[in-house]
Amino acid sequence: MSQSQTAERRARPFPPEAPAIVLDHVNKWYGTMHVLRDVSMNVAQKERVVVCGPSGSGKSTMIRCINRLEIHQEGRIVVDGTELSDDLRALDTIRREVGMVFQSFNLFPHLTILQNLTLAPIWVRKMPKAEAEELAMNYLRRVKIPEQANKYPGQLSGGQQQRVAIARALCMKPKIMLFDEPTSALDPEMIKEVLDTMIELAESGMTMVCVTHEMGFARRVADRVVFMDRGEIVESGTPERMFEHPETDRLKGFLSQILRGH
Amino acid sequence: MSGTAQIDPVPATAGATPAPVIEERRHAAPAGGPWAWARLNLFGSWWSTAVTLGLGALIVLWGVRLVEWAFINAVWSVPYNASGQPQTAACQEARGVGACWAIITDKYRLILFGRYPYEEQWRPAICIALFIGLYVVSAMRRFWRRELVLIWLVTLAVIGLLMWGGVLGLAFVPQDSWGGLPITLILATFGLAFSFPLSILVALGRRSTKLPAVKLLCVLYVELIRGVPLISLLFMASVMFPLFMPEGVNIDKVLRAQIAIILFAAAYLAEVVRGGLQALPKGQYEAADALGLTYWQKTGKIVLPQALRLVIPPLVNTFIGFFKDTSLVLIIGIFDLLLSGKIALSEPAWQSFSTEIYIVLAVIYFAFCFAMSKYSRGLERELGRATRR
Repeated sequence: MSQSQTAERRARPFPPEAPAIVLDHVNKWYGTMHVLRDVSMNVAQKERVVVCGPSGSGKSTMIRCINRLEIHQEGRIVVDGTELSDDLRALDTIRREVGMVFQSFNLFPHLTILQNLTLAPIWVRKMPKAEAEELAMNYLRRVKIPEQANKYPGQLSGGQQQRVAIARALCMKPKIMLFDEPTSALDPEMIKEVLDTMIELAESGMTMVCVTHEMGFARRVADRVVFMDRGEIVESGTPERMFEHPETDRLKGFLSQILRGH
Repeated sequence: MSGTAQIDPVPATAGATPAPVIEERRHAAPAGGPWAWARLNLFGSWWSTAVTLGLGALIVLWGVRLVEWAFINAVWSVPYNASGQPQTAACQEARGVGACWAIITDKYRLILFGRYPYEEQWRPAICIALFIGLYVVSAMRRFWRRELVLIWLVTLAVIGLLMWGGVLGLAFVPQDSWGGLPITLILATFGLAFSFPLSILVALGRRSTKLPAVKLLCVLYVELIRGVPLISLLFMASVMFPLFMPEGVNIDKVLRAQIAIILFAAAYLAEVVRGGLQALPKGQYEAADALGLTYWQKTGKIVLPQALRLVIPPLVNTFIGFFKDTSLVLIIGIFDLLLSGKIALSEPAWQSFSTEIYIVLAVIYFAFCFAMSKYSRGLERELGRATRR
C-alpha cells in the first residue's frame, strides 16, 4: 500500500452513530484479581484496531469478552447493536456475526480441512452442503491453500493451520473479526504468510480487532492502536502517533521492550 | 523367557565395564534374527542357559500333559442305558488323566439354551446367530449410518419374536424358561446399548455449569450406584422392587435385572466418558462456541467424537467387564450361561466333571471378550490414523 493510500485510509471518517463494538465501563474479576478495569472503547464499522500490551495486561480477556467466551461482571458490551447478556438468543446472534481466530488455531482435528470450514455454515447458517463446500473452497483459495482441502489439520504446518482457521471464521461471513494473538504460536518463518492473509482481509474492509505484538502489521493496517496494561486502557491513537510519540511512561517502556525483543 | 534373560547380564557384567556389553547388544540384535536373539538373551551365560532349559522343560512337560488330558486320553462320548441315563464309568476311570468331554456332548444344549423347550431350541440358536450378526454389522464402519438404528430395531424385534413366540405358529415360551447364552447376550447387548447413551448424558450432566440441579442429580446418581455392589442392586431389583410396586403390576425378573445392569453400567461408563470430556483441550469448546454452534451441535459434532475416541481403551475395558458381570444374575435365579452350566452339573452322573464345563464356559466368554478387545484395538488404529501427525 502506498503512502498516499495510507493517508487516505487514515483520513476516512468513521460514523460515530453506529459503532460495531461498544465497551462501556467494563469490569471483570477472576476471584479477587481485577483483570479488566473500567475498560471503555468504541470500534467503528470497518475500523481496524490493534490491541497491544504486556502479557497479563487483560488484552486477551477483553477481546474474549466481546464474543462472550469470558463473561464480564460490570458495564455494557454492545456488538453490532445487540447487548451481551444472559439471553442466549442475543448471544447466538452475536456469535454468528463475530468470527474469532485463536492463538492455538483450535481447528477440529477429527475433521478434514473442508469439514472444518463447512461445519458452521451447514449447522448454524443451515446452508446446503454443496453451497457450503463451494464457499469453503472459495475461502481456501483466498488463503491460498485449496489443495489441502481433504487433509486433516494435523498434516498441515502451523502457518497453514492458522490460515485455515481464518478461512473457517470467514465462512460464517462475519461482520467483525477478532484475532487473539494469531501469530504468537507460530515459527518465525510462518508468521508472514498469516500476516499477509490478515492484511488482505483488512484491505477488504473487514471490521477487525486484533491482539498482536506485530508492530509492522499494526503500522500497515491499523486505524488505531490501543495499549493496555494491568487491565486498563492506558493510551490509544494512530499507529504513527503511538509508536513515534508515546505519551505515557508505560507505553514507552513497553515499546522499548518490544524493540529490544526484535 | 526374555524376562529371565534381562536379569542375567547384571551378574555377568558386574565385574567388567558395562560398555562393551551394550555395544555388543546393539550390534548383535539386528544381525542374526531369532537365533542370535536366543543366544544372546536365553543362553547368554551358564546361569541363563540353566534357567532357560529348566523352564523350557516345565513348559514342555505341562504342554504334553495338557494335550494328553484334553485330547489323547479324553473321553468323547459315553454309552446310554435303556432309560437314556448316561453310563459314565469310562469317564470316572479316566478322571485325572483324561478330560470327560462326553459331558459337553451330552449337555451342550442345556448349557447353551437352558431350560428352553428342547424341540424349540432352534429358535434361541437363530437368536444367537442374529446377535453375532448384529455385532459384526455394527462393527463395520461402512454401516455407521442412520440405517444401523433400523437394523438394530428390526433384529431385536425378530429376536424377541423368536424367543417368545406365540404368533406365526410358534409356540409361546414364557421368559422363565429362557436360559443359557441368549440370556447372557440379551443382558449384555441391551445393557450396553442402553447404558452407553445414558452414561454420556450423565457425564455431560455432571460437567454442566449452567444447570446445577442436573449436575447434582448426576453426581448423586454416579456416587450412589457406584458405591454399592452389583449383587446388592440385583437383589434390590429382584426382591425389594416388587414390594414397592402397586398390586397386580408385575415386571418380569429378567427385565428388572436388565434395568439394574443398565443403571450400574451407566454409572461406571459415565466416569469413563467424563474422563474423555476433561481430556479435550478447552480450545475445542471455545472454537465451537465462537462459531455459534449450539450446545448440542457442539457436543455431537466436536466434543463427543473426540472425547469418545480418547477413551476407547477404558470404554472397552468396562464393556468387557460388564459382559462378564452379567453372570452375576445367577444369584437371583436367572438362567444365564453360567447358571445353565451349573445346572448341567447337577445330574448325579456328571457331578464330578465341573472342570470340563467351566473350561467350555470360559472359552465362550473368552471368545466374545477377545473379539471386543481385538476390535477396539483395530478401531483405535483406524480412527487414529487420520488425525495423527
